[in-house]
Amino acid sequence: MLLVEDLHKSFEDFTAVDGANLQVRQGDLVAVIGPNGAGKTTLFNLITGHLKADRGRIRFRDQDITRQAAHVICRKGIARSFQIANIFHRLSVFRNVQVSVLAQKKLSRTLFRPAQTLVVEETNRILQSVGLQNKNLDVAGSLSHGDKRILEIAIALGNEPELLILDEPTAGMSPEETASTMELVKRLAREQGLTILFCEHDMDVVFNVATSIMVMQHGRTIIQGTPENVRRNTTVQEAYLGGG
Amino acid sequence: MTRSLILSRSSLWWSAALLTLLLLVPLWGSRFTIYILAVIFVTALLAMSLNLLVGHGGIYQFHHAAFYGVGAYTAGLIAAKTSWPVWIGFCAGPFMAAAAGWVIGLFCVRLTKLYFGMLQISLGSLIWIVALRWYSLTAGDDGIHGIRMPEVLAGSVNIYYFLLAVVTGCVLIMFLIYKSPFGVTLRAIRDNPQRCEAVGINVRQHQLLAIIIGTFFAGVAGVLFVVLEGSIFPDMLFWVLSLEVLIMCLLGGWFTFFGPVVGAAIMVTLRTFVGSVTEYWTMILGIVLILLIFFLPEGIMGINFREWGRRRSRRAAARAAENADAAG
Repeated sequence: MLLVEDLHKSFEDFTAVDGANLQVRQGDLVAVIGPNGAGKTTLFNLITGHLKADRGRIRFRDQDITRQAAHVICRKGIARSFQIANIFHRLSVFRNVQVSVLAQKKLSRTLFRPAQTLVVEETNRILQSVGLQNKNLDVAGSLSHGDKRILEIAIALGNEPELLILDEPTAGMSPEETASTMELVKRLAREQGLTILFCEHDMDVVFNVATSIMVMQHGRTIIQGTPENVRRNTTVQEAYLGGG
Repeated sequence: MTRSLILSRSSLWWSAALLTLLLLVPLWGSRFTIYILAVIFVTALLAMSLNLLVGHGGIYQFHHAAFYGVGAYTAGLIAAKTSWPVWIGFCAGPFMAAAAGWVIGLFCVRLTKLYFGMLQISLGSLIWIVALRWYSLTAGDDGIHGIRMPEVLAGSVNIYYFLLAVVTGCVLIMFLIYKSPFGVTLRAIRDNPQRCEAVGINVRQHQLLAIIIGTFFAGVAGVLFVVLEGSIFPDMLFWVLSLEVLIMCLLGGWFTFFGPVVGAAIMVTLRTFVGSVTEYWTMILGIVLILLIFFLPEGIMGINFREWGRRRSRRAAARAAENADAAG
């Protein structure tokens, strides 16, 4: 479904991504792991078009999407959440999700119809599926950190993506919140047939949830494989899992 | 039923009451009152058209007066330099303003925030220079005065009603846009352009459309100024006016829909009354601004009255509890 080949990206004299390879198949739950600064977020930004690659190729559903604009890539079926809660602070929770549903239905340039009668059902269904339905009138900026992260995912779902990219969905969450969030991610993948690509620091979470794991170090892909294969790989053990 | 109403019932009543009051003013108001209200209508429309961009779109439209001027000059020049019916100029004004907004916007939307604002000030100032220097066409600094008007618009009361009708119509259209999916998307872009791109919104295209709409209504305001004053002059396109209009938005409450109207009313009143007492009315304005920044950063209409009321009742409850304690 998604194929990243030998991707490179540097900022002035710093090389952030230096030969990343990634393969995501339909229905996979792929985790990208690696120490801080390994280039995980940069890799995601390259895939979603927020940054432009220097070299290498990104293919999605047999189309080359390398260096395309973010909103174009999104229309092809890749939605994402961000590492820091990236929501519309002054709008209500309902509106936050509605904006993305409106964009998906190509209604965001409609000028003379009241927005409050449009895509209400779809929006409420998404809020229901992530469990935010009771907070739909709250101003997004006033939500708790955990709820903001969930809202992030809900906004991404508004695009009806085939591939959902989550950049550290549980960053800054308590262990309970982390568990329930990952449960949600698993459920979404199962119920809505989503393919999910995420990165995460908590190794327990990664080995529990992922069906495939890609390990990055210094911007380079060390290995991608099933959790068992990755756990057994000696390079990974030395570099990241701390040799056990 | 209530879901399909875009205005709550109480705000519907308030608007109707205000409109009725304004309709009745010419029955008892003096010529001066009528004139000041008319000035407020024009200024309010200008401020609202700017706020559509600044407050709701997060677009740093720093030289909005340029488009107000384009609208006014188009209407004024067609009336003064051609033998065409004046109405043609009135209709062409807003479209010329929107066209200018589109062209300048094309360049500006490539930049963001302050850079956008700086480029806009420079490009808008080019229009001002043209109006100032092209003597043979615009009469430069002198401006053009005594522009002919259609007969229907003779007399201040007729003008008052004409302005009230046009401004009400424009405000209604802007309100519909504010409540539309486009309006919601625009506010989302203001809050977080990066996230908007990530949900598949072409941010620049939306900003450009907003600029075209905003400058169109600025053009309408410009035409209305010509109707009211019968003159055009380069100061209408000077950046100082842009700043004043921006202050109206901030003063009234730039995250609210009707805030700029309040801001415009206050500014016009202040300028008229304080201006007649002292030349230094801008000093009063400065003091008002400082107070505003400290105490009402979201403007007058930005006060959260419900929260205020709740805090007051909470304080009252606390006091009652204290009294009960003291009694016990």
